Amino acid sequence: MTNEDIKLIKDGKRLDGRKFDELREIKIEVGVLKRAVGSAYIEWGKNKVMAGVYGPRELHPKYLRDPTKAHLRCVYNLAPFSVEDRKRPGPDRRSVEISKVSSDALNSVVMLEKYPNTGIDVFIEILQADAGTRCVGLTAASVALADAGIPMRDMVSSCAVGKVSGEIVLDLMKEEDNLGECDLPLAIIPRKKEVVLLQMDGKLTKDEFKKAYELAVNGAMKVYEMQKEALVSSINNVMIEE
Amino acid sequence: MEIETYLRKDYITNLVREGKRLDGRGFDECRDIEIEKDYVGEKACGSALVRLGDTKVLVGISLDVGEPYSDAPEEGVMTVSTELRPLASPSFEAGPPGGEAIEIARVVDRGIRESKAIETGKLFIEEDKVWIVFVDIHALDQGGNMIDASGIASIAALLNTRMPRYEDGQIIRGEWNGKLPVTCVPVPCTSVKIGDSILIDPSLDEEYAMDARLTVATTDTINAMQKGGQGTLKEDEVLSAIDLSFERGKEIRKIIQSL
Repeated sequence: MTNEDIKLIKDGKRLDGRKFDELREIKIEVGVLKRAVGSAYIEWGKNKVMAGVYGPRELHPKYLRDPTKAHLRCVYNLAPFSVEDRKRPGPDRRSVEISKVSSDALNSVVMLEKYPNTGIDVFIEILQADAGTRCVGLTAASVALADAGIPMRDMVSSCAVGKVSGEIVLDLMKEEDNLGECDLPLAIIPRKKEVVLLQMDGKLTKDEFKKAYELAVNGAMKVYEMQKEALVSSINNVMIEE
Repeated sequence: MEIETYLRKDYITNLVREGKRLDGRGFDECRDIEIEKDYVGEKACGSALVRLGDTKVLVGISLDVGEPYSDAPEEGVMTVSTELRPLASPSFEAGPPGGEAIEIARVVDRGIRESKAIETGKLFIEEDKVWIVFVDIHALDQGGNMIDASGIASIAALLNTRMPRYEDGQIIRGEWNGKLPVTCVPVPCTSVKIGDSILIDPSLDEEYAMDARLTVATTDTINAMQKGGQGTLKEDEVLSAIDLSFERGKEIRKIIQSL
């Protein structure tokens, strides 16, 4: 174990003083964009992420139209200034992959069959990145879809776990992500607790995986409560204004 | 979407409900694997052709000298790319790689990288000069489960990769100097969920019928995972896919090592 590893956990606490099963501070705002049908903004630790939904609307190119259901596309984009070394604008391989797994995750909850031949576009913009951005993006996207009033079977709630200095910990921050031994982003549909996104890289035994999985599901359930709270208060605010 | 396969979806799903697969395999049974190493052995530094059922993938390894990443100045570099060539399927199109191709490359990459299969520390040449290992996955026939076939072909090719001779700052093509240092054999194994069942190594028909899939790349531990597909997975389904991947991974590793 290197010196750098040891610093990540001190007296049972993490770099920022969090416990192993503690999330970073999360703030969710609903309906932050005027033009989008639905939108959400999340601050999650140092992450700042915005998501917007357009549609159901006419779908181009035409060959993608499906007479049995809507076509949902999700695009994940890192802003050039969101990371310390400027990211070249445009899709790279990492963002194409994240867009794909995020689309898959959202496809499993949205009731696409209600809008045949149309397209639903979900855009995730990472304005500031500090590890776990795909989880933040998916969490925001799911709130934005709800805000758009698009029927869904459930929310998508997401959170990452990882292994740092041999310990399984919840919701890695950047330093932990860089030096940690494993990263496992997970997204679930909270009512059934089933997996809609799961990726992992690093080194884990099966027992460690079980522990990590449980921790991630508990983390995602906490995220779910915050999503609900944000959506409910957004509706209350509208009622007060009226 | 290919209409014939689309129509077969119900048939496959019903068959699975009865505990059967179209090709008569058990749910925990892989298709036959054939690996031919050095398939294009004259020019490439390493190569392997894998036939996994109807699926056919050729992987070629090229080595070049280039600059290391700034955060690892004394380590060699590996990059994995996938080309789903239009000759492999009527649904593949020419042009830059799309989501499917990129996903395959990145999942294969993670399995190799995270298991530290390539000893990148030994690929250092001198300051600002390291070996760069290009792993190029070339799909030739899409018969389902392209990820596993690609991952198996990649590690099989890497295990039989020769290092080009390097003298006075130049690569001497056609002359060799030892083998690429590879420490372990990461193997990706993909399972799909159809109805309430978990099946390993999906055929193309089964891929169209699947609700979700999970790829687990293993050595003695789990090194990479990727969930795909638009359905959901329960916890026990994830765990049984992991068990299956460890088991099949072991068998496939034996085949790769016996080459």
